[in-house]
Amino acid sequence: MYHDTFMQESIKKVEAAREANVRLDPRRMTAEEKEVLLKTYHPDYRENQFTELKIGPNKGGEVPVELAELLQGKARITASQVDLSNPDYDVDVLVIGGGGAGASAAIEAHENGTNVMIVTKLRIGDANTMMAEGGIQAADKPGDSPAQHYLDAFGGGHFAAQKDLLYKLVTDAPDAIRWLSELGVEFDKATDGTMITTHGGGTSRKRMHAAKDYSGAEIMRTLRDEVLNRQIPVVDFTAVIELIKDENGKCAGAVLQNMETKELLVAKAKTVVLATGGAGRLHYQGFPTSNHYGATADGLVLAYRAGARLLYPETLQYHPTGAAFPAQIYGALVTEKVRSLGAMLINANGEAFMNPLETRDVSAASIIRECTDRGNGVPTPEGFGIWLDTPMIELKNGEGTIEKRIPAMMRMFGKHGIDIRKEPILIYPTLHYQNGGVKITDDGQTDIENLYAAGEVVGGIHGRNRLMGNSLLDIIVFGRNAGKHASQKAKEVSVGALTLSHIDAFNQELADAGIKIETVSPKLLPDYRRVK
Amino acid sequence: MEKLVNVYFFGKKYAVPESLTIMEAMEYAGYQLVRGCGCRNGFCGACSTIYRIAGDRTLRTCLACSTKVEDNMYVATLPFFPLVKAVYDIEKVKPTEQIMMQLYPEIYSCIGCNACTNACTQGLNVMQYIAYAQRGEYEKCAEESFDCVMCGVCSSRCPAEISHPQVAMLARRLNGKYLAPHCDHLDERIQEINNGKYELLLEDLMGKPVSEMKELYNHREIEK
Repeated sequence: MYHDTFMQESIKKVEAAREANVRLDPRRMTAEEKEVLLKTYHPDYRENQFTELKIGPNKGGEVPVELAELLQGKARITASQVDLSNPDYDVDVLVIGGGGAGASAAIEAHENGTNVMIVTKLRIGDANTMMAEGGIQAADKPGDSPAQHYLDAFGGGHFAAQKDLLYKLVTDAPDAIRWLSELGVEFDKATDGTMITTHGGGTSRKRMHAAKDYSGAEIMRTLRDEVLNRQIPVVDFTAVIELIKDENGKCAGAVLQNMETKELLVAKAKTVVLATGGAGRLHYQGFPTSNHYGATADGLVLAYRAGARLLYPETLQYHPTGAAFPAQIYGALVTEKVRSLGAMLINANGEAFMNPLETRDVSAASIIRECTDRGNGVPTPEGFGIWLDTPMIELKNGEGTIEKRIPAMMRMFGKHGIDIRKEPILIYPTLHYQNGGVKITDDGQTDIENLYAAGEVVGGIHGRNRLMGNSLLDIIVFGRNAGKHASQKAKEVSVGALTLSHIDAFNQELADAGIKIETVSPKLLPDYRRVK
Repeated sequence: MEKLVNVYFFGKKYAVPESLTIMEAMEYAGYQLVRGCGCRNGFCGACSTIYRIAGDRTLRTCLACSTKVEDNMYVATLPFFPLVKAVYDIEKVKPTEQIMMQLYPEIYSCIGCNACTNACTQGLNVMQYIAYAQRGEYEKCAEESFDCVMCGVCSSRCPAEISHPQVAMLARRLNGKYLAPHCDHLDERIQEINNGKYELLLEDLMGKPVSEMKELYNHREIEK
């Protein structure tokens, strides 16, 4: 139910135009139109929101101002504060992060016979993986191919993806689906076993596999269960606040901090897998976010301070359809699957102003244009929104489709008195994904020897924009990959004397560059307490 | 100024704006959350909460992230609940009735009180899915429990000491691995990839200059 008069009047226009709109297939924008649109309206192109890094491996490169403050921020500890001589944990492989990539890496490292441990600042499963709704891509159907998948992802990412990583993503995709199926993940299938697949924005074939609209949750809870079955130690509510190297400059562990008692602990490891996820909780440019509470770019800070390069850290993904109303779910993800199933984007006047399945960056920019210069947005308490006409789904696919295919969306809005089967919903772009991150090779290793990385913390797999369903895929493919390589490498590593000298070196660089930032990093958690 | 309501966190009174969720209200009151806060959007089960409204004897349960505050609400959070998780090897278990008897025998002590269903923060028919599990009907148990976020509130209310979310987790894995129809086209594609069928095509794409890739991308056919 909408009580606002403007919304009610606008809904009447949406309803009146629905019959006609349902029959439309708005043309896709040309490459030139997209380029102009992005430059004018996409948040990545707002120059005053970015700043140049003064020190570190990416010196001279631009990053969001909020990220620069953390990358060039103050370490939480000094080197002399920690006794490295008597580690609290000594393992073969240390996995930092308890999301989909970390869990996949840990399972493969365990499978490879090594002693692996997961450390995570919240609980295992507290991750963006858990919140991924729409699906996971894999070119496994006749009429599709890994090459077609490559073309879609490469083009959607503005021809900037690291080619060897993208090659790995698309060729390992079907095996990732098989691996998950064999662990017991329940994919939507027809009675003969054929995967039920749909389009995502920018896909040229229907290759989006799903588990209703709980795709990530279904994958994450299964991986978590498997980690627990294998009795892999999980040190939870414990954050990594600094990486440890050995005297030869190789990564050799991490300094941990109990999130509740603040106790410092030392973990020594032969190899380390960084799987800390994204950065939505930094709220770049003041955007709301669809991300988990712990998404604060910690991994970028840890790796950068230790000397690892970042790739495309200036590219962020704003998911076109974050909830714009009501306020209680402002910024929450409304899965792209809603559009895959046929709901269209409709402005305040009832007009279908764009094809609903453009890539995410283009869709977000187009919605922002509609709400700003074109003045066709619906006013909300937080700003403006555009209608996502969900009742179209049942018109196109039959009654009951919403409850069967997107029950989480029905529940999310239902809790606030909106029946998405009968009423459209208001959406606006929300900060969703970190396209860039730590640079890796195709065996998952960063610039620092024995430091591997996987999942959203990595940059380069998707270029400058990611397609729907390629992130759930990347955490599995590259999580497994990092786990395999890190555990293999651990079998031949002998660790030298531990040191935190890179903190001193970084502090010196900060001083030399005249930077005095009081903000401590990694950030660990956002602070939403009321400022009085 | 928005209307304020009185809520009681662990018995202590705070005045908070009426539009906030319980989680936001705690932060408004000054709590910096570490436990009891996860995805903030109803998917992770971190913020299980129990409450009563003054004057009403009913004990209510919810997720703090997706429930609005009410006037005179007495709130206690349940950030952790000790569920029993049986350890098993998914390769060795089989989807038989015996496996539940072996791993979660307490489900057969269900007294049918329906407290689990009444407590479910997702509105699921928990007692029904336990009944399916008892009978070895794992496909039905999987479907009925699918939207479970494993918050554990059901188990906190259960006189038979059942760990419902873990029972359902086992049922879903059994169903996904052993009972769901096998996907043949997936096997075929993996075989093709292993045989190198797409090597040349991909290498060709990887070797093309960006101008050619743009041409290919911008004119690719999109499946209807």
